[in-house]
Amino acid sequence: MATLKDLSKKKELLTGGHRACAGCGATIVARQVMLASDKPIVVVAATGCLEVTTTIFPYSAWNVPFLHNAFENAAATLSGVTAAYEALKKKGKIKDDINFVAFGGDGGTYDIGLQSLSGAMERGHNLLYVCYNNQAYMNTGVQRSSATARAAHTTTEPAGKVKPGKDRFPKDLTGIMAAHNIPYVGQSVIGMVNNDLIKKAEKAFSINGPKFLNVFQPCRLGWAYKPEETLELGRLAADTCIWPLYEVVDGVWKLTYKPREKKPVTDFMFKQERFRHLKKPENKHIIDEIQNEVDRRWEELRKRCGDM
Amino acid sequence: MAIIARTGNEAMAEAMRQINPDVVAAYPITPATEVVMIFASFVADGLVSTEYIPVESEHSAMSACVGASAAGGRVMTATSSQGLALMYEILPIASALRLPIIISEVNRALSGPINIHCDHSDTMAARDFGWIQIFSEDAQEAYDNVLQCLKIAEKVKLPAMATTDGFIISHCMSKIETLEDDEVKKFVGEYSPTLPLLDIKEPKTFGLLDLQDYYFEHKMPVVEAMKEAKKVILEVGKEFGEKYGREYGFFEKYRLDDAEVAIVALGSTAGTAKVVVDDLRDKGVKAGLLKLRVFRPFPAEELAEVLAPLKAVAIMDRSDSYNTQGGPLYTEIRSALFDLAKKPKLINYIYGLGGRDIGLEEINSIYTDLASAEKLAAVNYLGVRE
Repeated sequence: MATLKDLSKKKELLTGGHRACAGCGATIVARQVMLASDKPIVVVAATGCLEVTTTIFPYSAWNVPFLHNAFENAAATLSGVTAAYEALKKKGKIKDDINFVAFGGDGGTYDIGLQSLSGAMERGHNLLYVCYNNQAYMNTGVQRSSATARAAHTTTEPAGKVKPGKDRFPKDLTGIMAAHNIPYVGQSVIGMVNNDLIKKAEKAFSINGPKFLNVFQPCRLGWAYKPEETLELGRLAADTCIWPLYEVVDGVWKLTYKPREKKPVTDFMFKQERFRHLKKPENKHIIDEIQNEVDRRWEELRKRCGDM
Repeated sequence: MAIIARTGNEAMAEAMRQINPDVVAAYPITPATEVVMIFASFVADGLVSTEYIPVESEHSAMSACVGASAAGGRVMTATSSQGLALMYEILPIASALRLPIIISEVNRALSGPINIHCDHSDTMAARDFGWIQIFSEDAQEAYDNVLQCLKIAEKVKLPAMATTDGFIISHCMSKIETLEDDEVKKFVGEYSPTLPLLDIKEPKTFGLLDLQDYYFEHKMPVVEAMKEAKKVILEVGKEFGEKYGREYGFFEKYRLDDAEVAIVALGSTAGTAKVVVDDLRDKGVKAGLLKLRVFRPFPAEELAEVLAPLKAVAIMDRSDSYNTQGGPLYTEIRSALFDLAKKPKLINYIYGLGGRDIGLEEINSIYTDLASAEKLAAVNYLGVRE
């Protein structure tokens, strides 16, 4: 991997001046992924935070060709872009080598865009799909998704007097993508000192075929924490094993980070107002339930990765 | 030029082969499935250099078409009914981005109830998305219209659909004249997109968020392009006629100039009506037919001029609008004639929903009705059982 010093000299492909929140993690995801490319990049984005905050007409923060089509179809749209690229390259109308990237939030990826994503991955286009997963529909005001954490407060499954937020645990989209038997699937987070995300994006770009990265992205608005804590919360997600970091390369599962000391889930959760109601003593059993599920999934992943 | 026997689907697929687009993204659906199957065999046999994307849904088909067309490719697809309906969300995005994508659309009734046969409800529900819409009477016109749609679309930078009638045209074989591959190549020319996404030297942002301050202004170019399309459709239709002997306009007038009563119809029904008109003319009835070819843009002034001298006109709609005032073709023609000082009595017949057959007898009965049009209800449902 290029050193941080080298990377700092690269041209910014997503400029400042966009309208993302202070402390937004989504723009960090986009910048780090694009930094990892040694070729020109073409970006397609699903409707969502990253798209609306960076492309309000007449302004655009993108220094790369960028296309937004609709909410659920970033993967299908990018597959069309890559098909046209292949056709035009065969005819000699385009000569450059290009990396193709789609960005979608968890709404556009786990939920409404899952079919489009699955189709594109199965068809084998040479592209990288990056989900910036902030565990809810943040763009439209924190509505629940199938990536939303168990018991988190969202505006469509709120914590109320009798119901403590979301009923269900998030589904395992990274596993679903690995089941497509594509050459590269990775799970990452922002804020790791070892540059986990940039390394994974670099590896993904070096591989021909469909690639998928599921990047956990703290959201200060929807998770309700201080803007300066975004990266710290990313690290805590990895250190609590709520969001383990691993990759599946040609079907081989491998942990890419193992916390020296696995922290309790509350270290991550209690920094966020979306879990505030879980501090009540009567909700202690939910914390236990979450800790048990996180432990179970972590042990299962370790087994898959041959780490025991 | 070759004279061959082809179904409507085969004719459309043949036009697509000769165009040899950069990208085809398509999903099979009855009765358009064959277009996709035949095109896929062209790909498999190396008869086209197209990048073919066998998508997992029509929503993804149109989404991939938008991506491919924005990238700078010449792009086509084929669909029908529920398939077109699944594309609806993306259709106005294609026109707003000014992408000349072509759909070979085979008209089929929308569910429900589920039905696989012809009516125009699928295409009519897509009429307000900024797409050029051209109807075909038979396989020959289907072939000619696909070629012309591409040229029109690329000139005005709007997407276009050439339509046939499900099964009636799509699956019936007839004699058609096709052009040589080289002639098609010359006719459609090399495609050069204005602002391709893949221009990495000058990166551009497409599909921006456009709020109260700009959205309205950015819809106006589509309005203007549709006006421009009226001119271009006529130019391309004339050029096609000069080169290949079959000229096309907004509509075809069949024994209409001295007619007193007439029918206006879209698609295959016009072919049946021609037989009835000939028969009535033999009997001394001054019957005529106007076969409308172009529904978007709507040739309102031209229709008004041609229909004004008639005594009574039956407008035939193969779909209902559920506005309780008649089908889409009827209400648009009524609106087109509204300002005329002298206008014919207009009657609406909604017919043939879900593929209900329309024969010589039914059409003949309409002409009989028109003799005493003032006694008729404005909107009539033809051949529906009580």
